[in-house]
Amino acid sequence: MSTLLEVNKVVKQYGDYVALNEVSLSVPKGSIYGLLGPNGAGKTSLIRIINQITLPDSGEIILDGEKLQPKHVQYIGYLPEERGLYNSMKVGEQCLYLAQMKGLSKAEAKKQLNYWFERLEIQGWWNKKVQELSKGMAQKIQFVVCVLHKPKLLIFDEPFSGFDPVNANIIKDEILALREEGATIIFSTHRMESVEELCDHIALIHKSNKLIEGKLDDVKRNFKTNSFEVGILSDNVEGLMYDITQKFTVGPANFKSLSNELKLEIQLGNAMPNELLNVLTQRGQVTHFVEKIPSVNDIFIQTVSEK
Amino acid sequence: MSIISLIIKREFVAKVRNKSFIVMTFLSPLLFVGIAAFVGYLSSMKAETKRIAIHDESGLFVNEFVSKNSDKSGYKYVDLSLIDAKFLKDSITNESYEGLLLIPKTTNVADLESKIQFISNDSPSISFIENVQSIVANKITNINLLEAKLDTEAIKNAQSKVNISLAKASGEQSVKGLNEIKIAIGGGFGYLIMMFIIIYGNMVMRSVIEEKTNRIIEIIISSVKPFQLMIGKIIGTSLAGILQFFIWAVIGLSLMFAASVFFGVNVGPTAKVSPEMMQQAQNEFAGPAQMYIKELWNLPIASILIGFVVYFIGGYFLYSSFYAAIGAAVDNQTDSQQFLLPIIMPLMLSVYVGFFSVMSDPHGTLAVVFSMIPLTSPIVMLMRIPFGVPLWQIAISVTLLFATFFSVVWFAAKIYRVGILMYGKKPTWKELYKWLKY
Repeated sequence: MSTLLEVNKVVKQYGDYVALNEVSLSVPKGSIYGLLGPNGAGKTSLIRIINQITLPDSGEIILDGEKLQPKHVQYIGYLPEERGLYNSMKVGEQCLYLAQMKGLSKAEAKKQLNYWFERLEIQGWWNKKVQELSKGMAQKIQFVVCVLHKPKLLIFDEPFSGFDPVNANIIKDEILALREEGATIIFSTHRMESVEELCDHIALIHKSNKLIEGKLDDVKRNFKTNSFEVGILSDNVEGLMYDITQKFTVGPANFKSLSNELKLEIQLGNAMPNELLNVLTQRGQVTHFVEKIPSVNDIFIQTVSEK
Repeated sequence: MSIISLIIKREFVAKVRNKSFIVMTFLSPLLFVGIAAFVGYLSSMKAETKRIAIHDESGLFVNEFVSKNSDKSGYKYVDLSLIDAKFLKDSITNESYEGLLLIPKTTNVADLESKIQFISNDSPSISFIENVQSIVANKITNINLLEAKLDTEAIKNAQSKVNISLAKASGEQSVKGLNEIKIAIGGGFGYLIMMFIIIYGNMVMRSVIEEKTNRIIEIIISSVKPFQLMIGKIIGTSLAGILQFFIWAVIGLSLMFAASVFFGVNVGPTAKVSPEMMQQAQNEFAGPAQMYIKELWNLPIASILIGFVVYFIGGYFLYSSFYAAIGAAVDNQTDSQQFLLPIIMPLMLSVYVGFFSVMSDPHGTLAVVFSMIPLTSPIVMLMRIPFGVPLWQIAISVTLLFATFFSVVWFAAKIYRVGILMYGKKPTWKELYKWLKY
């Protein structure tokens, strides 16, 4: 998979404060790339540099093989976290204006707008003023403005904030559809469940430094501890516990189940899962046997609190 | 369409569609004309004539005063010399008299110079007192002349009245009072620039703040350069302003014309003379009125108008870049006050300095210096231009103005691009300085 966006040792300082310390990323073409990090980590600084809103103090950015330059704004669609619209302007006019700023001709902008308004079923809003819309409605317009010019690279900063579940789902589907059409998406959020659901790559920035980057599966593989969650129905719990603790580290587990079995989390160390299974099957009826895969949430918290 | 013209168009349309713009545009000429008409009506009403009682024991002056009653001075003198002075003093204010002029009996008129009294409840106007004094002084002079056996008629005839006529070295004749007209023209244009800067600079600032509070700024800034946005905003707003001034001028002129017709004031030929007509009139009669009009046409009209346009553009852009930077630095209008003061001050200063220094000496050091300093030159130089300014001075002043303008735009753009993305804190001067280095 080739790389669409390459961030190379980017440094950004505000006075004495270092917002980005030699951060490098590579965003593969066609990926949904989760940019994670606690508040103040430097995500927004990085996104602003990619959007050429601010310039890096050093380092470079390569978009689709070319050094980032002003003409690239039309290849990028950006939905900022702090977003809004002109309150007293009509929706249609405003979208036309913003689309033309991205380099679309008026006719082309109109065509695209009609398509999107129809697709999101918001045709009736064209002549409404933004101040008449609810927050969620305005967010939808902002989303349309962001994707209207068919950018190669889409940057969403907390795209789901302000949406009800139904609309959040519509937007999520649209994001996935855009990826199908070939767009690459950088996705910055604090909602880990949507990262889990959407992203195939992630990077974690903390205190101005990149700590983790890679395919989501690879990252998870690196973080897994070879533990298994086990549910077992046994007549001889003491015997069972004796057998297991001989070989493995055991702790209590918590998962949902319908029967009243014994729930354990067992760390295998270097052993293979079958070795555990052999022990377990001799002592009772196994009802639950699942490898414990770290969630993005776990990885996030673990990484951030380590440092 | 290029991006800047797109921004200009949006700013222009947004301003012009704004309700307050429409109301301001069409209501303020009405208001202005209404006030003018009201003032005119008030001043056309006859002032009440005030009655002054005279108790002249000498009997020398009373006729002088009573004979002035036909003058339109607004005072009517009533001879009450026969009534007891003490009684008059006590009762004068109860009667409908404004005051009592007491002239004592005397044998030597010279004594009177300091013995005449005016008694009233309200202090009289200075012009009234001067008027009374001059009547008395005239009479005493006449009496003195008579006593010295001098012929008053002969003296009167011997007095001469001098009326110096002004002329420029180039030989053209000039008229007195022209300086006032020149200062009025220059001052008028200067004042216009100041008003425009304050009103529309503020609009630029408001519109920057609006984009910040709307949070649309980051969306826009991801497609255009902050500098483009700032320049587009300044130009778009100024176009809206020019349209507004144009509408005002049209409405004002037509209302004034309508009012003149309505009130039967003769707008006559002076209101719409062409140079050719002037020339003709000049040949036929060279009365003072024609001289004034001829002088007006002789003013460097072209340089005044060109100067107005150049200084208008330079001054407006210079100041509105400041306004834009301030708008970007703050979150709301109340926070802008501390930064606005240093902007308003030079504007005010230039109007006052302009009026005082240019009026007293259009080519004096003060006037020249202030017409060079870029922050004050748009106003002060415009006031000087009607008096004729050497070209090299204008050249220096314009160069300085535009050089400053470009550097201020550069600084303002720096503050602007940092400021528009800063929320939630009220910046200090020190922080603004730091932003320049980001």
